[in-house]
Amino acid sequence: MIRIQNIWKKFGENSVLRGITFDVQDKQTTVVLGRSGGGKSVLLKLIIGLLKPDAGSIEVDGKDVATMDYKELRALRFKFGFLFQGAALFDSMTVGENISLALRRHTGWKEKQIAESISYALHIVGLDSVEHLMPSSLSGGMKKRVGLARAIALTPRYILYDEPTTGLDMETADGINLLINEMRTILGITSIVVTHDIHSAFVVGDRFAVLENGTTLMTGTREEIQSSEHEEVRKYINSSLKLQEGRRS
Amino acid sequence: MVTIGNDSIPIVVFVGAFVGMVTAVQSAYQLYDWIPRAVVGSLVVKSVLLELMPLMTAMVLAGKVGATITAELGTMRVTEQIDALEALAFDSVSFLITPRVLAGILMFPVLIIFGDLVAILGGMVGAVAVAKIPATAFITGMKSSFETWDAVFGIIKGTFFGFTITSVACYHGYFVEGGSEGVGKATMGTVVLTCLTVVVLDFILASVLL
Repeated sequence: MIRIQNIWKKFGENSVLRGITFDVQDKQTTVVLGRSGGGKSVLLKLIIGLLKPDAGSIEVDGKDVATMDYKELRALRFKFGFLFQGAALFDSMTVGENISLALRRHTGWKEKQIAESISYALHIVGLDSVEHLMPSSLSGGMKKRVGLARAIALTPRYILYDEPTTGLDMETADGINLLINEMRTILGITSIVVTHDIHSAFVVGDRFAVLENGTTLMTGTREEIQSSEHEEVRKYINSSLKLQEGRRS
Repeated sequence: MVTIGNDSIPIVVFVGAFVGMVTAVQSAYQLYDWIPRAVVGSLVVKSVLLELMPLMTAMVLAGKVGATITAELGTMRVTEQIDALEALAFDSVSFLITPRVLAGILMFPVLIIFGDLVAILGGMVGAVAVAKIPATAFITGMKSSFETWDAVFGIIKGTFFGFTITSVACYHGYFVEGGSEGVGKATMGTVVLTCLTVVVLDFILASVLL
């Protein structure tokens, strides 16, 4: 379980997170909704210790990430997979090398086992026989899938998704949403999805945290969010749905 | 090692050849008629080993190697590849920076040795073909002035220059901010700063070690 309590973070004079609080339950997908530039990606980096909060605590399985030293952070990161917004594939390596990099460094597996893991991970994300391709020859959707394959290579307990459907066409985005759901149902992974894509959010999310101006407006289930009487939440949901319906038609 | 070392050999050889040739030609030009022509050989070997090849190699590689490292690491930073490495439980400094700095420390002296040899050969070609100095005179002058410490000093310079250029380049690239514009600024900053630092370091090493 992940407990995010009263998190504050600022860059220079700009406070991006101002007292964010919500919980992430095991084996569920928690979606963090909010406008672009609202600090959602920063929140993911705080969870995994890539950034340190100015105040507050983030407990992962009972331990506060903000107080961990580098050794403890390294150990923590084995529990996580992270799908970055642009996939962040290592562009000097092939797809297979990207996926196997952590396996070669952190396990004593033989080549045959590593090759099987690469094939399995690619098969799960719906890509086969692309191990030898370079990231530059992949489409946006394929990069996200390879990024996800890399994220699950070490069989993490948690996966963090940073805007997984941004920049993708609707069909490809739906494919990514399906994969996110399969991570939960097939692999039992707990996920945090940060997005401003309201349609995808409602497809993948079990619980939601709506952020606005760096604060938590509301947390709840899909039904609670959709039927919320909170003015700001309604405004955000309605405007986002309108925008997306316009794009889909 | 291959990128910093092997791939830099052609440019170092090219620069070395012309440095040697111009040193010989300009030395011959400046000598009074009554000074033995063998002095040209002495001037070439002393200048090349002590100063010209270590400094010219460093200047050229500040651009080639320094800029490449900064651009590479800077691009990795702005595309979140460094964050991805950290998220995969890698120590990004050990993985990205240490090998590059070590390669600089090891390969710069090797490149300077290559450059020294080519520059001295180039000096002989310049002396014989352009300044019309007999090869035997050039070689006599070269032999009379050669001291092992001169070559070692150049190699020591190479070690320091290699460390300086690669570590400055890595620092600028690793901590880049501001997207592609930031990468461009960092790359330019690396080239300028390493060139200036090398010149100052050159003076300090000469003052301390000679």
